[in-house]
Amino acid sequence: MSVRLILPALAIVALALVPPLAPFLQVLLTLAMAKGIAVMGVTLLLRAGQVSFGHALFFGIAAYGAAFLAASPLDDLLLLLLAGALGAGIAGVLVGLFVVRYRGIFFGMLNLAFSMIFWSILEKFYYVTGGADGLRLPRPSVAFIEMDRGPYEVLLYYASLLLAIALGWFVVRFLASPVGQLFQTVKTNETRLEYLGVSARRTLLKGYVLSAVLCGVGGVLMAAAQGIVTPSYAYWIRSGEMVFIAVLGGAGSVVGAFAGSIAYELVRSYAAAFAADAWQMVLGGFLLAIILFAPGGLVGIYAAFADRIGARRAKSASKKEAGT
Amino acid sequence: MTGATILLAIFDGVAYAALVFMVAVGLTLIFGVLRILNVAHGSLYAIGAYLTASIGGAIFAMGWSPVLAFPLMLVSAALVGVLLGAPMERLLLRRIYHRPEVLQLLVTFAVFMILEDVQRLVWGNQPYFESSALALLGNVQVFGVYYTVYQLILLPLVAIATLIGLRLFLRRTLTGKLITAVTEDREAAQSIGIDADRVYLLTFVLGAALAGLGGALASPTTSVLPGIGAEMIVLSFAVVATAGLGQIEGAALTALMIGLGRSFAVYLFPELQVLVPYLIMLAVLLIRPEGLFGSPAARKI
Amino acid sequence: MTRTGLLSATILGAALALSAPAAAQDKPESLKIGITTFLTGPASVFGVPARDAAEMLIEQINADGGIGGVPVEASFIDEGAGGEALTTEYRRQVEDEGADVMLAAISSGNCTQLAPLAEDLQVINLMWDCGTQRIFEEGDYTYVFRTQANATPEMLASVLYLLRQKPDFQTIAVVNQDYAWGRDSWDIFSTALKALKPDVEIVGEFFPAFGAPDYSTEISRLSAMRPDVILSTSWGGDLDTFVQQAAQRGLMNQSTFVLPLAESSLERLGTALPDAVIVGARGDHYFQHPEMVGQEGFDSFVADFRDRTGAYPIYSVFHMAQALSALEAAYETAIEQNGVEWPTEEQVIATLEGMEFQGFGRPVTIRADHQGVEAQLLGTTTTDNDLGFASLTDIAIYDGGPLTTPVGENSIEWIEALDPSFVDQVTPTTFD
Repeated sequence: MSVRLILPALAIVALALVPPLAPFLQVLLTLAMAKGIAVMGVTLLLRAGQVSFGHALFFGIAAYGAAFLAASPLDDLLLLLLAGALGAGIAGVLVGLFVVRYRGIFFGMLNLAFSMIFWSILEKFYYVTGGADGLRLPRPSVAFIEMDRGPYEVLLYYASLLLAIALGWFVVRFLASPVGQLFQTVKTNETRLEYLGVSARRTLLKGYVLSAVLCGVGGVLMAAAQGIVTPSYAYWIRSGEMVFIAVLGGAGSVVGAFAGSIAYELVRSYAAAFAADAWQMVLGGFLLAIILFAPGGLVGIYAAFADRIGARRAKSASKKEAGT
Repeated sequence: MTGATILLAIFDGVAYAALVFMVAVGLTLIFGVLRILNVAHGSLYAIGAYLTASIGGAIFAMGWSPVLAFPLMLVSAALVGVLLGAPMERLLLRRIYHRPEVLQLLVTFAVFMILEDVQRLVWGNQPYFESSALALLGNVQVFGVYYTVYQLILLPLVAIATLIGLRLFLRRTLTGKLITAVTEDREAAQSIGIDADRVYLLTFVLGAALAGLGGALASPTTSVLPGIGAEMIVLSFAVVATAGLGQIEGAALTALMIGLGRSFAVYLFPELQVLVPYLIMLAVLLIRPEGLFGSPAARKI
Repeated sequence: MTRTGLLSATILGAALALSAPAAAQDKPESLKIGITTFLTGPASVFGVPARDAAEMLIEQINADGGIGGVPVEASFIDEGAGGEALTTEYRRQVEDEGADVMLAAISSGNCTQLAPLAEDLQVINLMWDCGTQRIFEEGDYTYVFRTQANATPEMLASVLYLLRQKPDFQTIAVVNQDYAWGRDSWDIFSTALKALKPDVEIVGEFFPAFGAPDYSTEISRLSAMRPDVILSTSWGGDLDTFVQQAAQRGLMNQSTFVLPLAESSLERLGTALPDAVIVGARGDHYFQHPEMVGQEGFDSFVADFRDRTGAYPIYSVFHMAQALSALEAAYETAIEQNGVEWPTEEQVIATLEGMEFQGFGRPVTIRADHQGVEAQLLGTTTTDNDLGFASLTDIAIYDGGPLTTPVGENSIEWIEALDPSFVDQVTPTTFD
C-alpha cells in the first residue's frame, strides 16, 4: 500500500468508530460530511476551471424540497434524499443550460445571481417558505420505520458516511471516465474540445448537473440533521463557504472536500465555543494562512508530507542496497 | 400611477442609484485593473460609514460645526484607502496575482470575514446614527412630499461629479492613462515599461477609498451597524457584472436601472423590491453576455 | 495528521465524560446554565445588553451564596453564528458540559428550532425573549417554558392603547421588517384591529427587507398617502433608520406612529424621536416603570446596570432578569417544597408549572401550557431634557391575563372572535 493511502484509510476507520467512541462528535461530523458532499460539487467544477459562487442554490432547493415533502405523508428519509437530489438535478439542468455558456467570472456571477434570486424568494414569500425563519423538518421515518432521536442520529451519521464514500468513489470514477476527461479539458483547452467535435457546453452541462445533484444530497442530509431549513442555506455566504472549504481541503481533490469540511466544522465550532465574538476572524485567519502558506490545501500538505516519508524510505532502502 | 407619483418614484430611484453607483464604482475600477473581485469591498464600505458616523458624532458632541461633516467624509474615505487598502494590496494581494482567480477571491473573502469582526470589536454592536450632514441641508417639498436636499440633490451631484472626474482622470492624466493601459492589456503595458505594481497599488487604494466614500456618503441616511457590508457587496457584484467588467459608465447606467427598478417596484409590486437587482442582471446578461458595456474577450487557442 | 491527533484527543475526552456520573439529588458543585443570545449580527442590540445583565445578575446571585447554596455557572452561545453552530453548541453544552438548564432564545426562529431539541435532549429550556406565539399553540412541551409574554398580548395591548389614545383614526399603514416577527406581529395586530374597530381602513402594507438601509421610497409613498396611523414593529438599527428618515422628512408630524418595540431604541434615538409617538416595551419593562421606581432592588439594578454598561436597561435586559429570577424561584421553591438538598429535574419542572415569580416588573405567572403571563406597558413619548432622550408619559399598564390567548386556543382565531366591547372590558392602570 502506498504511503499516501494510509491516512485516508485510517480516517475512514476512525470515522466509522465515532458513534461508539466519540458520540459528541457525531452531529458535528454528520454536518461536516453533508457539507463535504456538497463541496464535492464545487470541487468538480473546479476541475473544469469554473468557480461557482452560487452552488448554495442547489443545496437550498434540495433542502426546501425535502422540507415540503416532509410535510406530506411521504415523510421518509430515503424519499427525501431522492426528491432532493432530483429537485437539485432538475434545477441544475435549467440553470446549467443558461450558465454553461459563460466562463470565468461571469460563470461565477451568474450562479451568484440565481442563488440570490432564490434566496430573495425564500425570504419574501413568508407564507409559503416561512421567510427568514424557514421551515421545520420534523424527524422523518427511515424506510417507513419511525425512530427515536438517538438511533436516528446514529443512522443518519452512517448514512452520511456511506453516501460520502459512495459518491466520492463515483466522482473519482466520473473524472477518470472519457466524459470526465473531456470535462476537465474545459479548463485546459476548450477550443481543442470543439476541434474534436465535442460540444464544450454539453460536456460542462453534464458535470454541472452532477455537481448540482451532489449539492442537493448534501442539502437534504444537512436539513435532516438540523431539523430545520432556512434561507441561509441558499445565501451567498454559504456558497462562499463551499468554495472556501474546497480550497481549504485542496482545490480539485475529492478527498480534500471531506478533509476540508471536517477541519472547517471543527475550527468553526471550537472557535464559536471559545471565541464567541471573534469566530469569523479565526476562520478568516485560518483561510488566509492556508492560501498564503499551503496553497495545495490540507491534501497538499499531506501529499508533501507523505512524499517526504516515501522519499526517505526509498533513500534508506537504496542505502541498504549500497551497503551490501 | 399618476404623473406625480411617477415623478416621486423617479426621484427616489435616482437618489438610491447615486448611492449604489458610489459603492459599485470602486469595485468596478479595481476589477477592471486587477481582475480581482474584492469581497472585502463591503467591509471597506462599512468602515467608511463607521468612521464618518463615529468621528462625526464625537466631534459634533464637542461643539464643532456640523459643516465639518462634509470634509470628514473625504477624510474617512482617504483613511480607508490608505490604512486598509494599501496594506491589503501590498501585503496580501501582491503575493497572489499569479495564483488562480479563485484563490485571489478567497483572500478577499478571508479579509472580509476578519474585517467583519474587527468592526464589531472596534465599534461594538449598537447602531450609530449621525445625520448632521442631512439635517444641515434641510428639505425640499415636491408635490407635498418632503425630500432631503442631501438625498435628492447632493448625492446625485456627487455621483455625476465622480463619474465625470474618473473619466477625465483616466483619459486625460498620465497616471490615468497608465491605469487604462494596464486595464486593456496587462502584459503589453508592462512590456513598454509601465510599472504595473505601482498602478495596481494606486488603483486599489483609489478603489478602496471610493468604497469608503460610498459608506461615508450613505452614513447620514442610515443606521451604521454590523452586517451592512454583507448586503452591499452582493448588490455591488450585480452592478459590476451587469455593467461589463471594469466599465465605469456601465456601472452608472446599471445603478440607475437598479435604482429606478427598485423604486417603481415599491410603488407597484412592493414584494418584488429585493429581486430587482438580480432580475436586471439576469436580463442584461441573457441579452448581452459580456454585460452592458463589455466587449467579448479574445479567445484563447 | 491533524485529524488523527484531534480524534485521539476527543476519544480521551469521551472517556472522561463517561466517567462522571452524578446523582440528581446530591448538591452539585455548580448549577450550569447555557444562555443563547445574539453576540453578533443586528439583534446584538438586544443580545449584548442581555448578556451583560446576565453576567451582572449571576455575579450578584453567587455573591449571595448562589441558588440553594449552589453557585451558578453560565456560558453563552452566539445566536448570530448561524443555525448549525447554534444547535451544535447547544447540544455540546447539554451533552458534554452537562448544562442543567438552558435559556434560549432571542430569535423566534431559534426558539422554533431549539424547543424540540430541548425536548429531545430532555433539558429544561426557559425561552427568555422570543416572541412567537406559535410554540405552545402548535406543540406540547414538557421541558420548555416561557418566562415572558408572547406576540399576542404584546400586539393586543398596542391596539388597545392606540384605541384609547386615538379612538377616531380611520386609516393605518404598516412598515414591518420582512421576517417572521414582522409578518406575524402584523397578522395579530391587523386581526385585532379588524375585530375591535371594524371601520379602520388599511391603506398600505410594506415589508422592506430585514436590515434594509433605506426607506426613502416607502416614506415618499406614505407621505403621499397620509395615513392617520403608521405602525412599525421593527427594532434595532432598522427601527432607528426608519424613525430617523421619517422624522427628517416630516412624516412623523403627519401621522401618529405606533412603535411597539421602541422602548429598546429610546436612548439610542436621542432627540430624533419626536413627541406623541406611541411606544411599547414587549412586557411591562421600562427603567422608569411607575410601579417599580423607588423600590430598592429596582433602583439599584438600574443604577448597577448603568454603571456597568453605560446605558439604561432595555426590555431584553428585563427579560433576562425575569428568566434568571424564574430559575432561582423554581430551584429554591422545589428545594423547599420537597424538603431536599437539591431537586431533581422532575421536581423543578413540577415547580415551574403554575409558578408565580417576579423580575423587575409586575409578577409573572407560568400557565399550565408553560406560557408566561406578563403585564404590558405602553406610553407616549415626551421630550425629557434631563435624560437627553424621550421619556414616556400617559403610561398604561395592562394585566397579562385578559390579553393572553386562553390555554389550548389559537391566537388568530381567538382574536377574530373578539368584538369592540372588549376595549371597555380591559381597563389598564394608568399613570400621568
